Amino acid sequence: MRAIRPKIRSHAREHIVTIDTDSAPRIMFSGENLISCDLPVGTRVIYPKRPMTPVANPKAAIRYALNHPEDSDPLHAMLSPGMKVTIAVDDISMPLPIMRTPDVRQLVLEIVCEMLADHGVDDVHIIIALGLHRRMHDWEIERMVGPKVWSEYWPDRLYNHDGCDPDGMIVLGNTPHGELVEMNRRVAESDLTIYVNLNFVPMNGGNKSMAVGLCGYESLKAHHTPKTIVDSNSFMDPPRSHLAHSFKRQGDLIEKALKVFHIETVLNNRAFDGPLSFLTKNEDEFTESDRLKFSGMKWALDKLPFAARREIFMRTPAAYEMIACYAGACDPVHDRTVGKLNDQNCVEVDGPADILLFGVPYISPYNVNSKALNPLLVQVMALGYFYHMYRHQPILREGGVLILTHPCSDRFDPVHHPSYIEFFNRVLTETTDSYTIEQKYQDELAYNPSYIEMYRRGNAYHGSHPCFMWYWGQRGREKTSRVIVVGADNATVPQIMGWETAGSVAEAIAMARGTMGRSANVTMLHHPPYMISDVM
Amino acid sequence: MSRAQAKYNNSAAFYDVDGTLIKINIVHAFAFYAARHASIKESALRTVQTAVSLPLFWAADKLSRKWFNELFYRSYEGQSEDRLVVLAEELFEDVILPNIYPRAKELIAESRRAGVRQVLISGALDFTMRPLARYLGADDLIANSLEFVDHYATGKLKKPFVAGATKADIMRTYAKQHAIDLGESWAYTDSFSDYPMLAVVGHPTVCNPDFRLRSLARSYDWPVLDLDEAPARSAARRPQGLARPPRSIRRT
Repeated sequence: MRAIRPKIRSHAREHIVTIDTDSAPRIMFSGENLISCDLPVGTRVIYPKRPMTPVANPKAAIRYALNHPEDSDPLHAMLSPGMKVTIAVDDISMPLPIMRTPDVRQLVLEIVCEMLADHGVDDVHIIIALGLHRRMHDWEIERMVGPKVWSEYWPDRLYNHDGCDPDGMIVLGNTPHGELVEMNRRVAESDLTIYVNLNFVPMNGGNKSMAVGLCGYESLKAHHTPKTIVDSNSFMDPPRSHLAHSFKRQGDLIEKALKVFHIETVLNNRAFDGPLSFLTKNEDEFTESDRLKFSGMKWALDKLPFAARREIFMRTPAAYEMIACYAGACDPVHDRTVGKLNDQNCVEVDGPADILLFGVPYISPYNVNSKALNPLLVQVMALGYFYHMYRHQPILREGGVLILTHPCSDRFDPVHHPSYIEFFNRVLTETTDSYTIEQKYQDELAYNPSYIEMYRRGNAYHGSHPCFMWYWGQRGREKTSRVIVVGADNATVPQIMGWETAGSVAEAIAMARGTMGRSANVTMLHHPPYMISDVM
Repeated sequence: MSRAQAKYNNSAAFYDVDGTLIKINIVHAFAFYAARHASIKESALRTVQTAVSLPLFWAADKLSRKWFNELFYRSYEGQSEDRLVVLAEELFEDVILPNIYPRAKELIAESRRAGVRQVLISGALDFTMRPLARYLGADDLIANSLEFVDHYATGKLKKPFVAGATKADIMRTYAKQHAIDLGESWAYTDSFSDYPMLAVVGHPTVCNPDFRLRSLARSYDWPVLDLDEAPARSAARRPQGLARPPRSIRRT
């Protein structure tokens, strides 16, 4: 039994813990399981900040935002009887895990729809702005929008965006950089578009909402390129993200051509509560109850088959709460949103790490309600999102070693990710070079009629999506010297990815020190909930 | 909307027809002809004969597609060519058109937009398939042909029979003749018996598959399309690992 350490850290620095000789083992996700590991003395563990206090009355906050918008007339002043209005709403790729009902999008939609009805606006369509993500299942949409909106609008006036509908998309023009801007026809022909956004990280929302959520492949491929990704330092730092710059150029063109009223909601980071609340705690501060909960859960997860483990996590929605709502013109609204998100998520860290360690959990923006986190999505979580969770300078120094824990099983969801299967087994075995893939394979997958059919009428991601996922990790791949995966249940997947394997975290750290030296500093990111490191 | 240039210039999409693009099969077509004779007595007799033969056709099909073809097409013996061809238009309007899968035409249109050559390859009779090929905008039709002597059907098919492994052979020949790269081509079918046609192309895709083919597709990770699927059905095929939808949704 380890000693329970007194709480001696100051509140301001409570998110940084340095492992000592009597420190408790740290808990990490490894897919649909948890592992507990002793870390070397001196390891820096970075925890997310505590959840911010939610707004006391979310509906009142939403109404206040609609009536006191940023750089815009209030929503009610923009409405007149007989006008054509389209409401675009984010899909369920955020937040992660999915939030408890009522979803914050439901709250906004109910208020907005009521306001539209009060002003005699009857021609209203609600479009799920999914870009090239998979169509949401009907039961997912009902859960997200709530029974009131569902019963009134589904299916004729509430539906998924279709970026491959030749009759449903139009071209708005080209940006000064030559980026094509496509738009959903219904949106383009509306007198007013209201975008209902759910913000979870700074790269969500803002110009990305309209430019990506309602576009098609030709528009998206302008910025989803390996070069744009490599030049983005990082995704979570919009002023330094080339991706965000491209969204901004496309967004400016859209805002000039269309009348758009943005509503952005911000969530805190209360990913786990109740029996799972121990996952958000510093392990040194565990009570006996927390230790028992972890042991019981670990015992059960070890015994259960994969599908049951996944079911347990998928049946546990997060307790996220709304901490702010802003409305009005795109840029001023998003500036305020990003400010609030940074207050919640940014953690100040002294200097980058030589060796970065984190667990990859069971979920990503692209496998909500899917059968598995497939190998490409493991890659995008590790080298795409987690690598990019920084501002100022990378949390992992250039040439550093990245260690992740995940079984990397060769599992795919054939309904949601059919083109991922071909990409992984055919394309990646021929080349892992993103620039070659972009030139040689991307269009081939994008125009594959079977994949287009599955995207348009099934529930599959667009054929080109796995290419973008691979590019997403390009900067991480280029800036790290080695990637070591702990706990892989097979050799093939890591080999195709170009990763090394280790049997334990200790072994992986020893391997990493072989490259970075014995004095290399090790940092662990205690995800989830997710945090962004402000590396000074 | 602007769309990039057609990506595939030397590719073809080969579609099985019965069960893949349309809900009916060759027996429906035969029953249609049987029920449309000059005399009511003849029509009734032929219809009863067809109905009685159904178990036999089913058993023959299960044993061998070759046996089935020999047995089944013998029923056409003695029918005049002009009658079969003229009634084919009516067959299309009355029987085939209402039974085209809702998403079939759009699938073919999307494939054509990508620059892919559209080919129907069917075990049905060519004159029954021509109106359908025209309607779907297929570039070519490969189907079985009845042998006629003095414009009357002999009840035998011209060789090669378009079925099973022969479909794959025909596709190879077709590809050679039209400079098609089979590695960059598609095959769509609903039946396990068409496994050979799936095996020779680079993009095998199964549509509305039978149980054996669905299992095979899952094993090989081939895309599975449900061309008959209405949006409301998606609740029934939600992936595993999910909470059950509320009762109100399950009813839809």
